[in-house]
Amino acid sequence: MDLLTVNNLNFYYGSNKSLDDVSLPIRRNSVTALIGPSGCGKTTLLRCFNRMHDLYPGNRYEGEILMDGRNILDRSEDLISLRSSLGMVFQKPTPFPMSVFDNIAYGLRLRRIRNSALIRDKVEKSLRQAALWEEVKDRLKESALGLSGGQQQRLVIARTLAVDPEAVLFDESTSALDPVSTQKIEDLMIELKKAVTIVAVTHNMQQAARVSDYTALMYIGKLVEYDRTEVIFTKPKHKMTEEYVLGKFG
Amino acid sequence: MSLDHRLNFVFKALTFVAALSILGIVMGILIVILMESIPALDRFGVLGFLGGRDWNYSKEIYGALRPLVGTAISTGIALLVAVPLSLGTAVFLTEICPHRLRGAIGAAIELLAAIPSIIYGMWGLFVLAPFLDEHFQPLAGKVLGSVPLIGGFFLTRSAGGVNLFTASLVLAVMIIPFITSIARDAFSQVPDVLKESSYALGATRWETVKKVISASAATAVGGGVIIAMGRALGETMAVAYVIGNRHAGLDSLFSPYTTITSVIANEFNEAGGIQLSSLFTLALVLFIANFVALGIGRRLVKGKYQ
Repeated sequence: MDLLTVNNLNFYYGSNKSLDDVSLPIRRNSVTALIGPSGCGKTTLLRCFNRMHDLYPGNRYEGEILMDGRNILDRSEDLISLRSSLGMVFQKPTPFPMSVFDNIAYGLRLRRIRNSALIRDKVEKSLRQAALWEEVKDRLKESALGLSGGQQQRLVIARTLAVDPEAVLFDESTSALDPVSTQKIEDLMIELKKAVTIVAVTHNMQQAARVSDYTALMYIGKLVEYDRTEVIFTKPKHKMTEEYVLGKFG
Repeated sequence: MSLDHRLNFVFKALTFVAALSILGIVMGILIVILMESIPALDRFGVLGFLGGRDWNYSKEIYGALRPLVGTAISTGIALLVAVPLSLGTAVFLTEICPHRLRGAIGAAIELLAAIPSIIYGMWGLFVLAPFLDEHFQPLAGKVLGSVPLIGGFFLTRSAGGVNLFTASLVLAVMIIPFITSIARDAFSQVPDVLKESSYALGATRWETVKKVISASAATAVGGGVIIAMGRALGETMAVAYVIGNRHAGLDSLFSPYTTITSVIANEFNEAGGIQLSSLFTLALVLFIANFVALGIGRRLVKGKYQ
């Protein structure tokens, strides 16, 4: 089952074409890794899914990304509900300057949920899902800025999970973290795919191999190859894929 | 010692003297103000002076209460008017305004800060005061005049529009550029990725401004407001033009009144004896208030960026 189907997607920054005829499926309850050298368009593709590009003027989409039968690139798409169903975790942790609790409750309060018991339950559940509850349960009222980098990134994941997304988009979310924190987030991704779909942009080949079920290699705005991860890493169809996963370029 | 070394030493010494002279000037001013204040403080006592209602030339009794109240109220009203306008402008400039317009509006605000205060005074006296007198004060009197207890403060008791309220509005216009530019800087320091995190959770622009951007910039904006407050406390010419300079009980916002700076500006030239010393004591109060405001404000504004 596909959560998202990308068909012939082009994307322009101004007059600069940065995605060129990209087509691939994003399968439900799996981890899809987007890999490729810097500037290949993998982050650009990720940010098409939640229409993040719309925050800045001068960008244009062509083609379609289907979700539940509708094209989410349509002008009429409700970006607020789209973005809450496709959560995003960024490269650096982005805790809001407020308490741990308020960070997690942020998305719920945006949805006008006022029932404080409900919010409390949801905060605890999300923090448990993000494997952070035990570490922060006694400091929910303290500023989230006081957490360590790895904790902050799991806080952001919990904040995203709190609004029950269909998918979580990870944009190189472990590249600013130490190895132990990275390991925790990778374990988390594997655990989370039972509940949500995951798309992860990564520079880290080992991470893609360890964590993902499907891998897409991109190069200069084009999709080079998409397949099951073990195929990409063991018997890819394209020579470029083989060279990239072996670290010969990139 | 080589020539290079000696030149280097001379250069260091010169810059040190330059830096020291600034400190010397500030200390010198403070010492003069302190010395000159002593007779008045001696005669009336600190609390007696600060709490004294009289400003009586024939009895030679001087108290700071009315100028203090005038300065506090005019600064307070100025902040009440200027803060929301400035924050709104800053939000518009950083979050909503198209890039092409940003420079033009930004430049207009800087220009507002560059206008000499005497010109604000002239504008206040010739344009704002008659306008308020004719259009705003009757309306305020009609709407709020019958409110129990405070209604009287909105009644016009003397014509012309030269009064505490007009002075407060002129002050508000004068501090808007300061608050706006500090708030704009503070808002634009909020990292894009933090805003994106908010949008990525399904927040609207307004919700992002209200909850995330304002929380990130709050300390710096608070510092900017305090710095602006310091400016409003010390502003002299524009206020002296439109406040009316009347030492009497405050019966209405639309009555002439007095502030620390307008008393000093109006009386300093011809004062002598205990009156002069009293004016110096007012100056001392202003000096301390401004020093504290600037100190706290700068610390807050900087703290956020370190």
